[in-house]
Amino acid sequence: MRSFSQFGNDLYTGKRSIDIVSRQKTWYVVSLILLVLAAAGLFGRGLNIGLEFRGGSEYQVAAVSNFTNFEARAKAALGTVNPGSNVVVTRIGTNTVRVQTENFQSTTVTAKVKSALASQFNVGANSVSANTIGPSWGASVSQQAITALIWFLILVSLVLAAYFRTWKMSIAALIALAHDLVITVGIYALAGFEVTSATVIGFLTILGYSLYDTVVVFDKVRENTQDAIGNGRQTFSQAANQAVNQTLVRSINTSVVALLPVASILGIGYFLLGPGTLLDLSLALFVGIAVGTYSSIFIATPVLADLREREPAMKELKKRALRYQAAQTRNASAVASEGDQPGQAGTAEAGNRDVVHASSGGVTSATGRPLHPYVQTGPRNQPKRPPKSKR
Amino acid sequence: MAVNPYNRGPLRTLSVLVLLIVGLYGLLGAVSTWGTASRTPKLGLDLSGGTELILTPKLVGKQAINQGQVTKAVDIIRARVNGSGITEAEVSTQGVGDIVVSLPGTPDAATVASLQKSSQLRMRAVLVTGSAAPTPAPTSTGTPTSTPTTPATSTPKATGTTTTAPKSGFPPALSAATTAPTATPTPAPKATSPSAAPKPAAKPTNASDPAWVTPQLEAEFVALNCANPKSVEAIVDDPAKPMVTCSSDGTEKFILGPAEVQGDEIANATSDQQTTQNGSTSGVWEVVLNFNGAGTTAFCNVTSRLVSLPSPRNQFGIVLDNQVISAPVAEGSLCAGTASITGNFTATSAKALADQLKYGALPMSFTLQTADQISPTLGSDQLSRGLLAGGVGLLLVVAYSLFQYRALGFVTISSLLIAALITYGLVTLFSWSQGFRMTMAGVTGLIVSIGIVADSFILYFERVRDEVRDGRALRAAVETGWGRARRTILISDGVNFLAAAVLYTLAASSVRGFAFTLMLTTIVDIVVVMLFTHPLLSILANTKFFGQGHKWSGLDPERLGARNVTYAGRGRVTIAARRAAAEGNQS
Repeated sequence: MRSFSQFGNDLYTGKRSIDIVSRQKTWYVVSLILLVLAAAGLFGRGLNIGLEFRGGSEYQVAAVSNFTNFEARAKAALGTVNPGSNVVVTRIGTNTVRVQTENFQSTTVTAKVKSALASQFNVGANSVSANTIGPSWGASVSQQAITALIWFLILVSLVLAAYFRTWKMSIAALIALAHDLVITVGIYALAGFEVTSATVIGFLTILGYSLYDTVVVFDKVRENTQDAIGNGRQTFSQAANQAVNQTLVRSINTSVVALLPVASILGIGYFLLGPGTLLDLSLALFVGIAVGTYSSIFIATPVLADLREREPAMKELKKRALRYQAAQTRNASAVASEGDQPGQAGTAEAGNRDVVHASSGGVTSATGRPLHPYVQTGPRNQPKRPPKSKR
Repeated sequence: MAVNPYNRGPLRTLSVLVLLIVGLYGLLGAVSTWGTASRTPKLGLDLSGGTELILTPKLVGKQAINQGQVTKAVDIIRARVNGSGITEAEVSTQGVGDIVVSLPGTPDAATVASLQKSSQLRMRAVLVTGSAAPTPAPTSTGTPTSTPTTPATSTPKATGTTTTAPKSGFPPALSAATTAPTATPTPAPKATSPSAAPKPAAKPTNASDPAWVTPQLEAEFVALNCANPKSVEAIVDDPAKPMVTCSSDGTEKFILGPAEVQGDEIANATSDQQTTQNGSTSGVWEVVLNFNGAGTTAFCNVTSRLVSLPSPRNQFGIVLDNQVISAPVAEGSLCAGTASITGNFTATSAKALADQLKYGALPMSFTLQTADQISPTLGSDQLSRGLLAGGVGLLLVVAYSLFQYRALGFVTISSLLIAALITYGLVTLFSWSQGFRMTMAGVTGLIVSIGIVADSFILYFERVRDEVRDGRALRAAVETGWGRARRTILISDGVNFLAAAVLYTLAASSVRGFAFTLMLTTIVDIVVVMLFTHPLLSILANTKFFGQGHKWSGLDPERLGARNVTYAGRGRVTIAARRAAAEGNQS
């Protein structure tokens, strides 16, 4: 705890700074590898498409007490009604048996199968659920998902462009979004998780979540870069990097807090409930939120910085900032050579907004009391006077 | 008790929240005490058990459907479901054209089939009418007549047409044209060859020609028992042939000629009070029909022919889904493209008939997309485990925020509790007013939203901490931090809301609850942060514990690294002064 909040403080003040924006190539390569893996999984292995997209029937027998030989018994029960069909029987959670068949069955057959299963497993007819899905259902679900995706993307890029007043932030956010989506789907393909309509909804919810994170970071980026543009002390990338560092603790905290409930659903869903809406949604969300946090820090901001640095105004800013920082370093080394607290001032990261803080520790009054930067330079527009003892 | 002047604003904001919550629960209490609402949200099928059917219209060729047709289809299917005696069924649309039917329990195959079929509204000339009551059906005579409860129809013994005064009641059963097959209580169709029905061999010349009534039809007519749902279901409606059918309230039966006006030729139907010559309303309800081009011609032909015929052949039967919903008498040849039906209607029955006429033609049948039957056992299992997952999730979040934010964690917890309180009230209210039902997906949405709601508190706290790190005194830090955090919270919640709203409008019904609860909690989140968390923190900033940055308050400036002396203006230096004071106290 102590060290974590210390870490946060250091990141905030700039005492410790992680080079995220300037090492963008590293992150791009990492993401590229992940994307290639995802694409390989997607096109090589393919997604494990759930029953909902293929069409078929699924039965769930709850409150089963006797599991001996349940597969054969379930098959036998189905065979009496619907012989020759391809049947998959799985055990879910502690007391549920799931039976899936490929063919879409009429309601009459469904009723027969239900009663056969109920008598086979010695449970009441109330305990058997049946779910029959027509072959064209999956197509319409995918259709809806794609429509939802397109609408969401259009609306969200408009909203972001309006809010941040620059379309480049929209683009960077959308790139991060696409990145999250592809990687999440890729993880699904590689791990062979089943894709159901709930999963698809989960994927779509990730969009909102990934953006949530990105927006929080971008908000700080905007604040810092406005300062930087105003005072010309930092390049865009430096300001953006500082923003990422300052929001890092926040990003970690929000992601952890968002992940905790999802993880609890995931755990309960996996160990107690078995496949269903709950598990499908939470799995997609879990993977998506984790990837989303990564991308908002390591992809969205560097991409934005790359985009903005190409603007002539930002190139101008870069020149100004570098000039300023060079001057600062000169001053600092001059101070250091005076022998007044060496090291301290020298470590102050040049160009940082918090350079004042870092160096403020270095200037003390004659009595050893630290001086606030405001009073270090003496009254405004007047030459600094050393204290009497030093004169 | 004197109120700290710094606390007045926040307290005012808090009182708004209290009013809001009291109002919400007051409304809820009122509607549950005097209204139909329950105190708990209604559960969806996947939690309470039942069947969900998703139907998609079968489209022929390039046929397209519009929203209006789907709405009509929903109304018709709802009428069918209610007609089959199932209570608490819900019919709604989803996406583009899909219709979701949720039924408690398990419907039989016949019910499912009846929901899928297309709906036909036709107008046919009446050839023979008969009272359904003394039907000589051999078996089920004494049984109570379980009349199908299609909402409308039973009352309008509708006759009459434009302008003229309404006649009341159907003509007496089996009048004039035929002798009574029903007069004999035993089934003896052969004995009662109706005198008015001419030689069966003759080819019918028009749709009203009694020659359509063959002995076979007559036998069917006699055997038909309108009180027996099975025989009513067996009625066939072939537009090219005459048909034998019942009135939809089961009190009368008819032999009708071939179809002459199709339902889709009715452009519109409205119910209104009849107006007299001088334009004032007469208090008599009528149903006004408007026909399209083809319909005008067809209806003109029918009425022109019928007007001169003896009763009951001057009636035409309006047949919806094989049953006669109204059989008015033609009182003139109506060629203007409009017609009005009068009779002893009430406002509701007139509206019901108008709706049936307007929505009657549903020229599409449906394919069953999915049929999901959930056993009540499985459902309650799921619910209890979902709630368990929610509890565990909440505990984890609480533990983490206490760990990270110390005493500030309690602000998170109380905010989450307030958010939960508001959400519960809203969900219950929505389940009453909008028919929202809590599904497993909805529960998942609620659990996931714990994280999202807590996130905005974190944003806020971190902002305040940033300000403290910059050396601001806590009260100032809370205010400036809020100004900045509010913007971030609003935009990020806005994005979340947008995602949820898009999902809600386009998603499949099974996960709609998820999008709905996400939307709801996003709004609740904003309300709670604005009206609870922020004022609470402002008040706490004035307390000694938080305001002076107690070690366990989570806002300790030293712990947050604000070690540097900070100049607070007017010669005050915040941290140094505080530390000096603290040291002074200790020594």
